[in-house]
Amino acid sequence: MTVVSSSLKSTNTSPNAAALSDADKVRLLREMLYARRFEERCYEAYVESKIGGFLHLYSGQEACAHGVLEAARPGRDYVVTGYRDHIHAIKCGADPKAVMAELFAKETGCSKGRGGSMHIFDVANRFMGGYALVGGPFPLAVGMAKAIKLKGDDDIAICFLGDAANNQGTFHESLNIAKVWDLPVLFVCENNLYGIGTRIERSTSVLDQYKRAAAYDIPASQTDGQDIDAVYAAACEAVNHVRSGQGPYFLELMTYRYRGHSMSDSNAYRTKDEEQRWLGRDPIALLQERLAKASILSDEDYKKMDTKVIDEIEDSVIAFAEESPAPDVADVEKYVLAENDPYVQGRV
Amino acid sequence: MAEIMYWEAIRRAHDEEMARDPLVIAMGEDIGVAGGTYKATQGLFEKYGPERIIDTPISENGYTGAGIGASFIGVRPIIEIMSVNFAWLATDQIINTAAKVRYMSGGQLTAPVVIRSPGGTAHQLGAQHSARMEKVFMGIAGLRVVTPSTPKQAYGLLKSAVRCNDPVFINEHELMYNMKGEVSDEEFFHPLEGSEVVRQGRDLTLFGYNISVHWCLQAAEVLARDHGIEAEVVDLYALNPLDRVGIAESVRRTHKAIVVEEAEAPVGVGSEVMAILNEECFFELDASPRRVSALNVPIPYNHGLEKAAIPNPRDVIESALAMVQGRR
Repeated sequence: MTVVSSSLKSTNTSPNAAALSDADKVRLLREMLYARRFEERCYEAYVESKIGGFLHLYSGQEACAHGVLEAARPGRDYVVTGYRDHIHAIKCGADPKAVMAELFAKETGCSKGRGGSMHIFDVANRFMGGYALVGGPFPLAVGMAKAIKLKGDDDIAICFLGDAANNQGTFHESLNIAKVWDLPVLFVCENNLYGIGTRIERSTSVLDQYKRAAAYDIPASQTDGQDIDAVYAAACEAVNHVRSGQGPYFLELMTYRYRGHSMSDSNAYRTKDEEQRWLGRDPIALLQERLAKASILSDEDYKKMDTKVIDEIEDSVIAFAEESPAPDVADVEKYVLAENDPYVQGRV
Repeated sequence: MAEIMYWEAIRRAHDEEMARDPLVIAMGEDIGVAGGTYKATQGLFEKYGPERIIDTPISENGYTGAGIGASFIGVRPIIEIMSVNFAWLATDQIINTAAKVRYMSGGQLTAPVVIRSPGGTAHQLGAQHSARMEKVFMGIAGLRVVTPSTPKQAYGLLKSAVRCNDPVFINEHELMYNMKGEVSDEEFFHPLEGSEVVRQGRDLTLFGYNISVHWCLQAAEVLARDHGIEAEVVDLYALNPLDRVGIAESVRRTHKAIVVEEAEAPVGVGSEVMAILNEECFFELDASPRRVSALNVPIPYNHGLEKAAIPNPRDVIESALAMVQGRR
């Protein structure tokens, strides 16, 4: 059995979904291209040993984070995800320089060099973290949604995770709680067909992940995660549902990662043929071709855009990460506990 | 000053904190409509409603993680885990998220949750409802662990834990909820660090925490009355961090130490206190420190076996006599 985008249930475009303007589409193309070049530059930096530890790249999945967050309020809605987190953070508003500096383990990194690739945080922009235990963020998103509801805000919580996370107990516990407590939380499942190196058919009884939400009576849909217009339309519907107080929603996006699970991955578990098929539905190329055909952005202007992005990443982002200082070893015990918390001593 | 029960002290702390701050909530299994297994939230569902006194599904990792997530953005959840044996299921969220998030976010994000849970051997509850977990949690950087031995501490520690910006695990005991003790009518906040000398003595120090403080006190009475031995009793109400200074100070006075714990000995409070004594005041010791601990077995169902598996005040007395008399 194969899971391919042709088998997708089509998602109705919400009549409420604000149409993206041409300028928005060009901006989104640039953002996705930036994400791709950023991640591919990370790959090089890892090979050069500038980045240590584990590194999970997002190349191929760009339309998911960009399409969903475009339909939400990045910087205001609360977002959590797993360890493939650089691009979600940047789309929420994190400075790419601070993200790259984090990967380079520098004091100027967004987590001050204490987190690394899997633990990007930018709380000011309400990017509430990348977490490295598969399925760990589900309950955190539910809890943030509970807090939003208590405060009476119209923010929502968004949890981005992969298909394999749905085989953790936290998936079931969290969807159940989200529904019983009627919480404003959007679960986005980026189904890239693999949990580390095991294909979905070999690990998962129900292949269409959106169907699993029915077990908790949570409305759900599945859409093409490579086509940002489709993602955006589906996400508008999902976000409207959640923000309007109708409770949780589960959105499945069919996608593919080009790189291995992490940098230590031999990629031996999938075929060249499959990789080629998915490369043929590249989210950036799809949008770029669409914009060229509609005479919104010429091929020449796209190439210029690409060159500028590459230069910007090199001259600004990489340079900043390279030149930034490492954390002072004397500070290794900082940030374990709150400093000078009066209640630790009892009397205030 | 009123004499109230341990559960009433916990309930009062909940009530005061929830009345003060609408973002203080409580969550756990059966804490609302049912009033709480140990009555710690009795009457509060009626007072604060289902959005703040939250009956959770039996999903320990899920609701503990939800409490942690809520704490990220201003809510102060008091999470009750009905038995510490169920907290094993929530260790992922407690250890991997609550304890680490401040550090791995470079200080940006913190999880000011309180997790309360009773551990310990009660009345023939069997292996999976009688264990203790404080030895696990006290070794986790970023997580505070406290363990009240009296209603006064139960009240004051919970008050401070709710206000503190760190995650705090409060280790209670199933046999202690009906224990009575004096608690000031005035609001107060108990320190989350340190230790307390609850009986002064010159001949040896008995270190206890939670229920074993009472075994130490009972043993000290008998030692004084029948044997002329004056034992100092130190209450280690904070297990993470342990009070290195207080532990060493007491032993510098008495030169002998016994650690009394209901848990099994390996990798526990006793081993940690003994390590501190070795590091801080080895040359002050007049005898090898000892531990009075549970046998290294799962807690049995049979009443006789159950009693044999865990220590009691008699064991403390015998250990103290042997130490003072120079016997093994």
